[in-house]
Amino acid sequence: MTPEEEREFTRRRKARNWVVAGTLLFFVVLFYAITMVRIGGQG
Amino acid sequence: MEPIQIMASTAPQSTATLPTEWRDFFTLTKPRVMTLVIFTAICGVLAAPGNIHPVLGFTAILAISMGAGGSAALNHWWEADIDAGMKRTMNRPLPGGRMRREDARDFGIFLSAVSVGLMGVAIGWLAAALLLGAIIYYAVIYTMWLKPRTPQNIVIGGGAGAFPPLIGWVAVTGEITAMPLLLFAIIFFWTPPHFWALALFVQTDYAKVGIPMLPVVAGEKVTRRQIMIYTLLLAPIAVAPWAIGGTSWIYGSCAVVLSGLFVVLAMPVFTRMRSEVDDMTPEKALFKFSIVYLFVLFAALVADRVAAYQGWIA
Repeated sequence: MTPEEEREFTRRRKARNWVVAGTLLFFVVLFYAITMVRIGGQG
Repeated sequence: MEPIQIMASTAPQSTATLPTEWRDFFTLTKPRVMTLVIFTAICGVLAAPGNIHPVLGFTAILAISMGAGGSAALNHWWEADIDAGMKRTMNRPLPGGRMRREDARDFGIFLSAVSVGLMGVAIGWLAAALLLGAIIYYAVIYTMWLKPRTPQNIVIGGGAGAFPPLIGWVAVTGEITAMPLLLFAIIFFWTPPHFWALALFVQTDYAKVGIPMLPVVAGEKVTRRQIMIYTLLLAPIAVAPWAIGGTSWIYGSCAVVLSGLFVVLAMPVFTRMRSEVDDMTPEKALFKFSIVYLFVLFAALVADRVAAYQGWIA
């Protein structure tokens, strides 16, 4: 890989990691909220 | 969202070693189509009788959207070769060389499985079964089986687009009744005149890649007649929710006026033939109106429900 390609590789990998982390966090919050609603018997 | 183009056409060998951009995964879900899916699913949830907690309502719409995205990704995976042969689609992530084919397949299967699981766990297994049926209908029955085999492919494809309000409704009520089936039927019969009106004035490459689109296979005259037939079938179906007492005059009057206008606009498309110098004004007008038609009709359905809930109407 050329230095440019290496930089691009790192940038893409970092961007993907952030998206995956954000998605996981979103689902953690969502499942917590669903559980609270279900336990509360509001579903 | 437009996909980012990085050396796709000039140096595909280089890009093969790079990780795929997350935006390309997002592109696989067909975000533009998703807007209609989300809108009709929201309308199904809001128009259904009964209450659903906002968190669960949001989850139902999210699961429907993810299911639509997953089946769209499977469509990209299966049609990669076809997409490569058409100008409109040749820059998609797979034909553009920015993603491995099996990654698109795995992403589609993963998204579909998560959407069905989420719907089942959070909402109910009837809605989840319908969502699974919609995914299989679009990705397998439509994309893999019937689209390359019949010029009525648009009619069949319309069935896939008709699922979201049905699933949204069932997510709230937990049962399949006449009303959600009518919402399904409205989108099912709306799709052919909407798409074929577009197909009459936009030149596509479908013939080149062997997809038997009606205007190419059967000609313009047959297509114009089919547009008229489906428009006439759509009108009573659109009015039916009011006729069976499922909605009030708010929806009913909107359905009557909108369907009347649809028929009036379809008439010149049916009766005329293309001349040598033709700007295709009636076809363009019908296509644009068809979009307004669906959005206003479903918005009227929600307005009807809100008015009834607030006690503004009997």
